[in-house]
Amino acid sequence: MTDASATQAKMQDPSRSARLAEFWYYFSENRGAVIGLVFFILLVILALAAPLIAPHAANAQYRDAILVPPYWQEGGRAAYLLGTDAVGRDMLSRLLFGARYSLFIGVVVTLLALTSGILIGTVAGYFRGWADTAITRVMDIILAFPSLLLALVLVAVLGPGLTNAMIAIALVQQPHYVRLTRAAVMAEKNRDYVTAARVAGAGNLRLMFRTILPNCTAPLIVQAALSFSTAILDAAALGFLGMGAQPPTPEWGTMLAEAREFILRAWWVVTFPGLAILITVLAINLMGDGLRDALDPKLKRS
Amino acid sequence: MSETVLETRGIVRDYHISGGLFGQGRTIHAVKDVSLKVEKGKTLAIVGESGCGKSTLARIITMIDAPTAGELFIDGEKVDITASRLSAEMRRKVQIVFQNPYGSLNPRQKIGDVLMDPLVINSDVPAAERRDRAMSMLTKVGLQPEHFNRYPHMFSGGQRQRIAIARALMLNPRLLVLDEPVSALDLSVQAQVLNLLADLQDEFGLTYVFISHDLSVVRYIADDVMVMYFGEAVEYGTRDAVFSDPQHEYTRTLFAATPRADVESIRKRLERRAA
Amino acid sequence: MALLEIKNLTVTFDTAAGPLRAVDGISLSVDAGEVLAIVGESGSGKSVSMLAVMGLLPWTATVKADRMAFEGRDILNLSPAERRRIVGKDIAMIFQEPIASLNPCFTVGFQIEEALKQHMGLDRKARRKRAIELFAAVGIPDPEDRLGHYPHQMSGGQCQRVMIAIAIACNPKLLIADEPTTALDVTIQKQILDLLMQLQAEQGMGMIMITHNMGVVAETADRVIVQYKGRKMEEAGVLSLFETPEHPYTRALLSALPENATGDRLPTVSDFAFEDAPYKGDRA
Repeated sequence: MTDASATQAKMQDPSRSARLAEFWYYFSENRGAVIGLVFFILLVILALAAPLIAPHAANAQYRDAILVPPYWQEGGRAAYLLGTDAVGRDMLSRLLFGARYSLFIGVVVTLLALTSGILIGTVAGYFRGWADTAITRVMDIILAFPSLLLALVLVAVLGPGLTNAMIAIALVQQPHYVRLTRAAVMAEKNRDYVTAARVAGAGNLRLMFRTILPNCTAPLIVQAALSFSTAILDAAALGFLGMGAQPPTPEWGTMLAEAREFILRAWWVVTFPGLAILITVLAINLMGDGLRDALDPKLKRS
Repeated sequence: MSETVLETRGIVRDYHISGGLFGQGRTIHAVKDVSLKVEKGKTLAIVGESGCGKSTLARIITMIDAPTAGELFIDGEKVDITASRLSAEMRRKVQIVFQNPYGSLNPRQKIGDVLMDPLVINSDVPAAERRDRAMSMLTKVGLQPEHFNRYPHMFSGGQRQRIAIARALMLNPRLLVLDEPVSALDLSVQAQVLNLLADLQDEFGLTYVFISHDLSVVRYIADDVMVMYFGEAVEYGTRDAVFSDPQHEYTRTLFAATPRADVESIRKRLERRAA
Repeated sequence: MALLEIKNLTVTFDTAAGPLRAVDGISLSVDAGEVLAIVGESGSGKSVSMLAVMGLLPWTATVKADRMAFEGRDILNLSPAERRRIVGKDIAMIFQEPIASLNPCFTVGFQIEEALKQHMGLDRKARRKRAIELFAAVGIPDPEDRLGHYPHQMSGGQCQRVMIAIAIACNPKLLIADEPTTALDVTIQKQILDLLMQLQAEQGMGMIMITHNMGVVAETADRVIVQYKGRKMEEAGVLSLFETPEHPYTRALLSALPENATGDRLPTVSDFAFEDAPYKGDRA
């Protein structure tokens, strides 16, 4: 098979756009991934345009419209498409603004976990020795806790609130990045091009971050995409438990928590935030799978 | 009066393998007491089979790893990388080209950056001049200026090996260590790269340490030959002396095992087969 | 009747960059007891055509041929089950990377006995006896003891001997050796080549030796096919090929050998115009 792969390497087109085309070829083979991507883009647009398209302000309370059902149900009103909650706030508007929170949480948590994870992981994988042992042991300890429980404890220590919840979730997620980066760095470190750079006189920092790290990105991107959804889910869970975003923030998990007592009376106050979380997480996970197909060389066919 | 570029005296390299929790640790002697001397503009070929310590020796000469014992002299100057950090000047003098052209170039780096990197790290040459120098080196090794902005995966094995050679030459080294530079290449490409190496040696007065397992390549390119066997230099002499009158048993075995592609031996073999 | 006969074989791979024709109209035939060498550089499609014969290509490959027959029987349109009865028994193959071609999870004894069980239907005792015989035949010292070893406990040369033992376990009529010695040291290469030639002569097998090494060709082949970019350039008896190469590409390859060097520089393939030169072939 060496013959075929060698010729194929030669076949690969020179320009950057061709690499993008190849990425798209593998990504688009996965139908679910494309659907996930479309959903995700739609979600981003909706979140960005929330102030423009939302029919009401997120926290505006309409005393005349408490627990109004969605408009297609008996008693529903066209002004409140998805109904209102127990204090007369429009569900649709709150969901739209909630999307902003969810995306914001996903981005911040992922960035936080990614940067700290990469830094620590690179140090561990590059220097090995006692630093590596110490770091991996600490990470093993963090991973040994049930993640939500650990996040809960951290929030309890730091005090409830969205910022603290995000820090806690990032801390819980960061060991995954550390492990991935460490493994990738260890594999790359012994490649000839790294030795060549060392012979050319490159120092440790340059070797770590300029030479080795750019070659470890593929698994990290995939992990980032997948943990983006975990972050949203965890934040929602913390919100539901009253430890995340505090009312009246229109965060989806917090909305669920507020609606708990109306589950039997008004199905829409719990169903819609729940659905929003489900669809978002599903879309991002599907997209992450597609990314893995496209970026992970082990899964590439022919 | 010839000058000695590289000299080693009694180089030893041991690897200690720990035996785990209960086992006894073992010591492996990868290189045993190797002394050699290479003069400017000459090629020393180190021949041996896998595991004979030739690559370990290459890493020691390139100052990547330190020897366990023995002395290394570059341009008559003693080098000890465990005692003090290498000066940029010393680093510059010895460069290496690896066997596998697919692993020796950073896949995320454009060819131009591959070539300019050594200058960025070791000198304060202005950007414009760096670019000019990289360009001229690119054409010197037989590539085109338009290759400057391409990534390694767009090149064939032979072209990559040319790039690796160009990178090694960017710092005007005195000594080039070539660790099986043509073993991974096709026959026709091997010939081109060997020619290129010969051209560059003439032009820059380079000194080569050429590591190989292929005797026909060694016979073609070397001035002196050293045969290594289990970490030991069992044979060391001029090419003609070693090839015409091998002293050590192992060298003779090696020669006998090399397949012959001349018409006479084919005819003999076919006769044997027919009989 | 030829042992293996291929006419006008074409293999195309479906890739992200469009279809790629790896083998383009190759015809060849091997007789019983004959050693055919297929020589070519990387990308010449020399392995691909043999993998097509074995049915080992990935699903992205499309195989077309006017005729592909083993002992007169068509093997192009066989069902997988029928193919398995032939492949591994009557046609065996050994690969370049001996250590990678053995399963690291099982002892070498288990792996050779598995082949015997699959194709020969021997009982346990007979299998073990035959395995020991085979190990002895391929020159593995202390065969009884070695059956219990795992691949990682053996050297590359030893592993290749095990691979050869597995390949000849069922007395194949055709042995395909795909660069069998490329990953090995020269002294080991010599031993393995000698072993292969000895087994070939003893059992009267047909053999196809795929290699890029002209020295290996010279040491083993009766007849040689020179391939370049999926096409056949020249076919000739080994002596006439080395003595009077007719195709410019063959001439280029031979003169690029360092041992044939005259003067300071080696002639390179680009010094010869061969791309358009017509096919030269079928000399004795």
